[in-house]
Amino acid sequence: MIELILRRLGGALMILFGVAAITFVLLYALPADPAVQLAGRSATAQTVANIRHELGLDQPLLLQFVHYLGNLVQGDFGRSYTQKTEVMTLILARLPATLILMVTGILVEVAIGLTLGTIAALNRGGFVDRLVMTVSFVGVSAPQFVVALLLLYVFAATLQWFPMSGFGTFSHVVLPALTLGVLGAGWYARMVRSAMIDVLTQDYIRTARAKGVAERTVILRHAVPNALLPIVAMIGIDIGQFMGGVVVVEAVYGWPGIGQLAWQAIQQVDIPIIMGVTLISSLAIVTGNLIADLVAPLIDPRIRAR
Amino acid sequence: MRIAREFLRRPTAVFGLIVVLLVVIGALAAPLISPYAPDEQLFDGLTLEGAPIGPDAVFLLGTDTLGRDLLTRLLFGARTSLIIGVVANGTAVTIGLGVGMLAGYLRGPAGNALMRFTDLMMAFPALLLAIVLAALFHPSLWIVAMVIAMVNWVQVARIVYTETRGLVERDFILAQRSLGAGHGRIVFKHILPHLMPTAIVWGTLGIATTVLLEATLSFLGVGVQPPEPSWGNIIFESQSFFTAAPWLVIFPGIAILLTALSFNLVGDALRDILDPTQRGRM
Repeated sequence: MIELILRRLGGALMILFGVAAITFVLLYALPADPAVQLAGRSATAQTVANIRHELGLDQPLLLQFVHYLGNLVQGDFGRSYTQKTEVMTLILARLPATLILMVTGILVEVAIGLTLGTIAALNRGGFVDRLVMTVSFVGVSAPQFVVALLLLYVFAATLQWFPMSGFGTFSHVVLPALTLGVLGAGWYARMVRSAMIDVLTQDYIRTARAKGVAERTVILRHAVPNALLPIVAMIGIDIGQFMGGVVVVEAVYGWPGIGQLAWQAIQQVDIPIIMGVTLISSLAIVTGNLIADLVAPLIDPRIRAR
Repeated sequence: MRIAREFLRRPTAVFGLIVVLLVVIGALAAPLISPYAPDEQLFDGLTLEGAPIGPDAVFLLGTDTLGRDLLTRLLFGARTSLIIGVVANGTAVTIGLGVGMLAGYLRGPAGNALMRFTDLMMAFPALLLAIVLAALFHPSLWIVAMVIAMVNWVQVARIVYTETRGLVERDFILAQRSLGAGHGRIVFKHILPHLMPTAIVWGTLGIATTVLLEATLSFLGVGVQPPEPSWGNIIFESQSFFTAAPWLVIFPGIAILLTALSFNLVGDALRDILDPTQRGRM
């Protein structure tokens, strides 16, 4: 077990190094020049050159990368070009908002997905099953930003149940979490249904029924826990994707999270922030997968035996 | 024939196919259907106060904030979505097939290295990467298509890899090899045909993902640039007016949803039909 964890940690480190290298090269190979961006429109060539020197952008790419990595292993993500603050400080300041959105969004996804998926599996092939499957497809095909805007239109602008944008109270989190959760629930429902159908055909379920265990207990105590495994893997993936990928929802709802930080940085070609957010997101993706792999044997003893 | 018959037995798949065909026809015949040009700012396209006009008998879906006919822009926007959908996803599936097949066939260190690279790509925050790339290159239709392809090939590569690994072990490949068939012949004549169902399924399902991603990038302003119409940038241009003119969000939104949904329904049905082991599962 400990050997497995160490091996996975080593692999995760390699992946993060690769992500850092690729992002670094991509960002510096791009046509957008941060020095020109910072200097403004009326700047002379001398000013641009000065800024480039100040930021260390006039050094060879490899040297810049080694320098960046050297700082990185000490937990230093560098300083933002435009905000003159440590990138780490900026990210940490945005972390709580993103985490709140992540947790509430995933809770909504799991709650809806687990319920609908189980109901569909129990009615396999019937009308309810087909309805759930179709609805879940609508969920995964719907563009997030349109749903976000429509929820705003109906519940904030027209009915005024929730605020238009911002952060702070419970009512602020409802619409963003619903946007993420309702749309994401489609994948969960399909996954749970598929896993439940597998589980329900297993011998031990037949045994439980034959013993006279109540149907309700068969489903809730014997079937559902065994169908949870793919859900854990999905949550692991979502943790990673939500960390850097909720740009759209954060933009529409004015949610002050990491996605918004990244979005502003992209518009200002603030490379240290873009690098920082990309790395933090990759770290979250890798960690999410790792957690899912480590939790799996706790849920399913058969994996432990392997 | 069997495939067509099984396909037609599924009402959701038939619905998807009809919508896909309608979108294709709408995109191709856009100039014939609409009396206006997509970037024509119509004389009577705004109210006296300068606000967009809601859906009525003249402008069936209303006009936008510059007094352009929304239906016309949606029809021409369908061209953008379909071109990017087909080009970007076609490229992604081709790269995915190439990498997956190569890694699965070579195995050993070279195959391993290729798969480690796809693992690496999986650890990238996909949407963020797409936004960064699209924003920092001056975005155009083709740049957006290439960005989407770069983000989307990974999943195909992993699936193709697993399938190729399985195929390489099979007896008929061994037989070919002992008959003296070269690598090229084995890969292209004996492995590739077995991967075609996967390619067809992903060639369809992937278009849904691509249409959504293009719309998202264009909505953020880093995708297809106005005045060239795209369903995403129509919403981008009018989002600050959406409480006053909700039709400017609702109709493009429905267009995106229906198109993505239809490609998903068709692709899902094809997966069921072409791969019986997956029947009725996902």
